[in-house]
Amino acid sequence: MLEIRNLHASVDGNEILRGVNLTVNAGEVHSIMGPNGSGKSTLAQVLAGREDYEVTEGEVIYKGRDLLEMEPDERACEGVFLAFQYPVEIPGVSMNYFLRAALNSVRRHRGEKELDAVGYLKLVREQSKIVELDEKLLGRAVNEGFSGGEKKRNEIFQMALLEPALSILDETDSGLDIDALRIVADGVNKLRSPERAMVIVTHYQRLLDYIVPDFVHVLVDGRIVKSGGKELAHELEKQGYAGVDAGRAVAASS
Amino acid sequence: MNNIPHRTATNSKTQTQNSELRTQNSVLSTQNSELPHMSRATPETDTLQQWEQSTYKYGFYTDIEADAAPPGLSEEIIRFISAKKEEPEWMLEWRLKAYRHWLTMEEPEWHNVHYPPIDYQSIIYYSAPKKKPQLDSLDEVDPELLRTYEKLGIPLEEQKMLAGVAVDAVFDSVSVATTFKETLAEAGVIFCSMSEAVREHPELVRKYLGSVVPYSDNYFATLNSAVFTDGSFVYIPKGVKCPMELSTYFRINAMNTGQFERTLIVAEEGASVSYLEGCTAPMRDENQLHAAVVELVAMDDASIKYSTIQNWYPGDENGVGGIYNFVTKRGKALGKRSHISWTQVETGSAITWKYPSCILIGDDSVGEFYSVALTNRRQQADTGTKMVHIGKNTRSTIVSKGISAGRGQNTYRGLVRVNKGAQGARNFTQCDSMLIGDRCGAHTFPYIEVKNPTAKLEHEATTSKIGEDQLFYCNQRGLSTEDAVNMIVNGFCKEVFRELPMEFAVEAQKLLEVSLEGSVG
Repeated sequence: MLEIRNLHASVDGNEILRGVNLTVNAGEVHSIMGPNGSGKSTLAQVLAGREDYEVTEGEVIYKGRDLLEMEPDERACEGVFLAFQYPVEIPGVSMNYFLRAALNSVRRHRGEKELDAVGYLKLVREQSKIVELDEKLLGRAVNEGFSGGEKKRNEIFQMALLEPALSILDETDSGLDIDALRIVADGVNKLRSPERAMVIVTHYQRLLDYIVPDFVHVLVDGRIVKSGGKELAHELEKQGYAGVDAGRAVAASS
Repeated sequence: MNNIPHRTATNSKTQTQNSELRTQNSVLSTQNSELPHMSRATPETDTLQQWEQSTYKYGFYTDIEADAAPPGLSEEIIRFISAKKEEPEWMLEWRLKAYRHWLTMEEPEWHNVHYPPIDYQSIIYYSAPKKKPQLDSLDEVDPELLRTYEKLGIPLEEQKMLAGVAVDAVFDSVSVATTFKETLAEAGVIFCSMSEAVREHPELVRKYLGSVVPYSDNYFATLNSAVFTDGSFVYIPKGVKCPMELSTYFRINAMNTGQFERTLIVAEEGASVSYLEGCTAPMRDENQLHAAVVELVAMDDASIKYSTIQNWYPGDENGVGGIYNFVTKRGKALGKRSHISWTQVETGSAITWKYPSCILIGDDSVGEFYSVALTNRRQQADTGTKMVHIGKNTRSTIVSKGISAGRGQNTYRGLVRVNKGAQGARNFTQCDSMLIGDRCGAHTFPYIEVKNPTAKLEHEATTSKIGEDQLFYCNQRGLSTEDAVNMIVNGFCKEVFRELPMEFAVEAQKLLEVSLEGSVG
């Protein structure tokens, strides 16, 4: 579904990604871990099409197409979803208005019929249960006055609503208490399916206790230095990223 | 005793750095380019540039042979206008008095708009379509005119069918079509052109014309008093609720013709009326002066709601050719518990200079001002309101939303004055600015003068910008940048749109979208 080849990206002339390679197939859940400043969030943003980042080298193939050639809204319509680390507030625009517009934009793109208010509300009622999101929140302006936990739940709720093929979760666990973390993780698990792939960017291993990944990759200094199964996450928890980095240094010199 | 302390409760929240808000004669000026976080040139800038360069959709020109006065202004011209309109002597005298006063006045310079000097002698002060039909039905209207309205999306045919809307179409200074007159006449409502009112209802016009905006009021209002060519007159008798929304579409058309509309609305005791005014103008090369005057008078328990959508031609990317819109609008809440409400959506004109105001004389009278002003390209707007509290327990509400894009400059200027006798006066002001791109500006000049210690005033102000973050978030959910901008701007204006009559709210939203339109993405 997604193939990243030798991806280099920089912001304001600083190279953040220095040759990332990653293949994600349908049905797989990949976790990308790494220390602060390793480029995890940059990778997520570049895949979603944030224009602040300049791709200087490499390519990204998504469903057989050049992802980097697509505008951010086209990527979204084609099924790329980013759960933001810091969801922005949009004053004056209600969640319901925003989501229905987004949903219908995606549906139009897919050649599906647009949803009227009734159809939309029915869908919302079903999907909001996934993350136990209070429907009342949807009457408020986008993310305005949402607590940290509500914002993150809202992101997963939107993911459920838009049914993306590829979901990228950027530090979805940050700022969540243990109960909220469980709810969000349960929500994500319910959305796992053979047709969908997920890339979970996280700093800590604890999210992976709830969302068990098929693959774990360690990103350090803009490169994936180690890949493995879910047990790699536990290893990292014990050794820290320094251990992995040292291992890489040894591997490189030998 | 002379030094009664000014009491103001100020509650201001400002989201922008570099800005400061002082309540008394204060200046809140946010030049977007000064914001540190805006200095970075990002691809967003390109997108926004494209978006800013959207063209004026209503740029077309209807050729109806005009019967015009020679350019220039003199007593002869004023006599010519008055004669053309078959006016009584007192009307001519009033015009001449205004003209003579105008000659002693100087054009104001205190506003925050800049334009080359206006040559008042090169303006044509009267022009009328040659055909001046006495109309019984729309069939008699010049088909060219009907086509023009169709292009505007407001065909009279459709207007006529729209339940409850009577249209008095002012075209090139002369009313050529009036509908729904019978229904209104049955209710005792007078709704006609100002020219007709001067001839048919001279006693009413004479009593109220200039009673709110005197002929000597200000430079542009005085000019209007001397040369006004037409406008609307509305009279709602005692106890009558006007059975339909009244609306007028103004339109500038003949070359070099300044538009000097004069509107007067009088609501007698217990009467109520909702008046809608909307306009679009065709594309043209030369600047056009538009100096209208609107006067409202509300007696005891009367209510007047005046809604405007203004979309005069704003000029091209370089600001060439747009309309100069210098308007004086004022309502006198004369009676007890009277209510005057202004709602405006200002998206057009190269220059907008306009302060719809309320003089709250009657005890317990209420004044309201809801405004959306959008400046794009090189448009400049200096707009706001004056709320003058004279009666006891008078209340006023001001909600102003300024949107600046392109190289637009948007200024809010508002005065809240509480006179000595205005025991228990209250005002709430909310003044929000939105910046789009990094070359526009938003300025706020709120003036507060309080001479009664029981007054309660609140002032809230915010400045925000449509951020790259917000656009990216919307994009990431599948929305195009254009849709996202429209959505965010509409959300920002919601509190004002809510005040518009239903069909106008839809039009306003459409108009904002057109004004914001551009090939994005």
